[in-house]
Amino acid sequence: MALVVLRNLSKHFQRDSQPITVFDELNLEFAEGSFTALMGPSGSGKSTLLNMVAGLDRPTSGTVTVGDAEVSAMSPGQLADWRSRHVGFVFQSYNLLPVLTAYQNIELPLLLTRLSKAERHEHVLTVLGVVGLADRAEHYPRQLSGGQEQRVAIARAIVSDPTIILLDEPTGQLDAKSAAEILELLQRLNREFHKTILMVTHDPHAAQAAGRTLHLDKGVLTA
Amino acid sequence: MKFLPLVWANLTRHKRRSVLTTLSVALALFLFASLRSVVTTLRASAEVGSESRMIVQSAKAIVFFLPMSYRERLLAVPGVKAVTWADWFGGVYQDPKNFFASFAADAESYLDIYRSDFTLPADQRAAFVKERTACIVGQHLLDKYGWHLGQNVTLQGTIFQGDWTFTIRGVYHATNPSFSEDALMFHYEVIYEKYPNWVQPGWYVLELKDPSLAQQVAATIDSEFKNSSDPTKTGTERAFNAGFVTMWGNVSFLMDSIGMAVVFAILLVAANSMMLSARERTNEVGVLKTIGFGDRLLFGLVMAEAGGIALVGAALGLGAATVLYPAIHFSAMGFLPGFSVAPATLALGVGIAVALALASGLVPAVSAARLSAVQALRHVE
Repeated sequence: MALVVLRNLSKHFQRDSQPITVFDELNLEFAEGSFTALMGPSGSGKSTLLNMVAGLDRPTSGTVTVGDAEVSAMSPGQLADWRSRHVGFVFQSYNLLPVLTAYQNIELPLLLTRLSKAERHEHVLTVLGVVGLADRAEHYPRQLSGGQEQRVAIARAIVSDPTIILLDEPTGQLDAKSAAEILELLQRLNREFHKTILMVTHDPHAAQAAGRTLHLDKGVLTA
Repeated sequence: MKFLPLVWANLTRHKRRSVLTTLSVALALFLFASLRSVVTTLRASAEVGSESRMIVQSAKAIVFFLPMSYRERLLAVPGVKAVTWADWFGGVYQDPKNFFASFAADAESYLDIYRSDFTLPADQRAAFVKERTACIVGQHLLDKYGWHLGQNVTLQGTIFQGDWTFTIRGVYHATNPSFSEDALMFHYEVIYEKYPNWVQPGWYVLELKDPSLAQQVAATIDSEFKNSSDPTKTGTERAFNAGFVTMWGNVSFLMDSIGMAVVFAILLVAANSMMLSARERTNEVGVLKTIGFGDRLLFGLVMAEAGGIALVGAALGLGAATVLYPAIHFSAMGFLPGFSVAPATLALGVGIAVALALASGLVPAVSAARLSAVQALRHVE
């Protein structure tokens, strides 16, 4: 069953008065519980597609639907609320808030819910255990390795139990060992927790961890 | 409340910057409260002057003497209950910077007329009245210079040249907040004897039988001396005090202008600091938006930071002004007795702090709210 459906998706913009077409009438689906890797050269539209699924960017035309929600039709306020409940986003450069501890970074999405402090505490400890960083809760990002930072970022992405996890080059800044650990973690989230995962990557090794690999080139699916 | 740790973490991100910005706000509001309190204290001192006492001064200017012979004539005016007189001495103690209110007066009549404004133990009063070179001082002045009863105090005259030594025989406590405890009073005869052909009363103080007679008494006195060589200007003590306030020029405008200029300068500092802080965190705004933080929430968080700085600064600045001046019994050498920060000034200070928070936080808060997540995430410092 398709969780994410892109229908006739087009994205155009102007750069220095030059019209740029990112996608033109793109149609694509991602099944619920799938783990998909999206590959392609720089500028192929991978990150733009990820941003559209997350509701961070809007298509010029066409629709983006995630579950029952037509993301492309939502107002900014609705999008923010929807993202807080349905999207977990992981960045290449981790993007943890440096002034907050690992615990506080992971707790951020839960601040947008009605959970009590005790409930938030329980959720954060659970995901810290899942990502293997239970003993690093009070560490600040600067006190963690790159691999640990990315695991905290993944914990932040999954703590509110989102519908879909979106990752933009999650292993791009990691050494081989840390990258392998992250990919193993993602596979575990997909396999054991049935999380739907869409990962943008340049790395063929990373793509191998996914169950499905798509190639995007100049906004067109090539495989 | 659950967002407070996030606000606090951002405020303490650059501790030195936040502390300096907060202190600059505190200093601005301290200065504002201090300058404004000069105005309110002056106004208050004018308002609490007695309506049942009148001041008779030279119509030419306060610096001109009035003849001693006026005393009996003033006492004969219908409605006048008692008369006393005084002269401004203007001495300094040991050093020109040790300047305070010092004046010569007709001791017994002066103490009688001002009996409701201060207390002086009966034995001390008797000792003062009896001894020609005695003086009385306010408790605060005594404490300030570490004097004690019986001590000889030598003042250097600025108007009446030379050294003048007095023995402290009494210490008074003001019961009227506008009556200064930073003053020294001695017998009029001391300077009269040294300058018999020059010194006369500087001003007369009349006690009325009934305050409602003030206008009539003033008119009678001023018309009686109108064609003399020393015409008078008579008014209630309250009007006399108010006249002193106007002698300072447009103090209110000047103090308010300086106060607001200081606040405006600090506003620019605070706004610059807030904008710098927000700009450094553009990428984090993108992250928070990606997580699901809405525009209004981000607006509120940035405003809370600005509010935190402004309100903590206000609490420090206004609190310091409120506590400090009474603690050190500040009275500007006796010219601003009862100097304190009025509740209205505190309220105005809090209002300014709120305006400061709004003005300094608005631009970065709106920017954070309006920025798209994608734009923010692409931002590189």
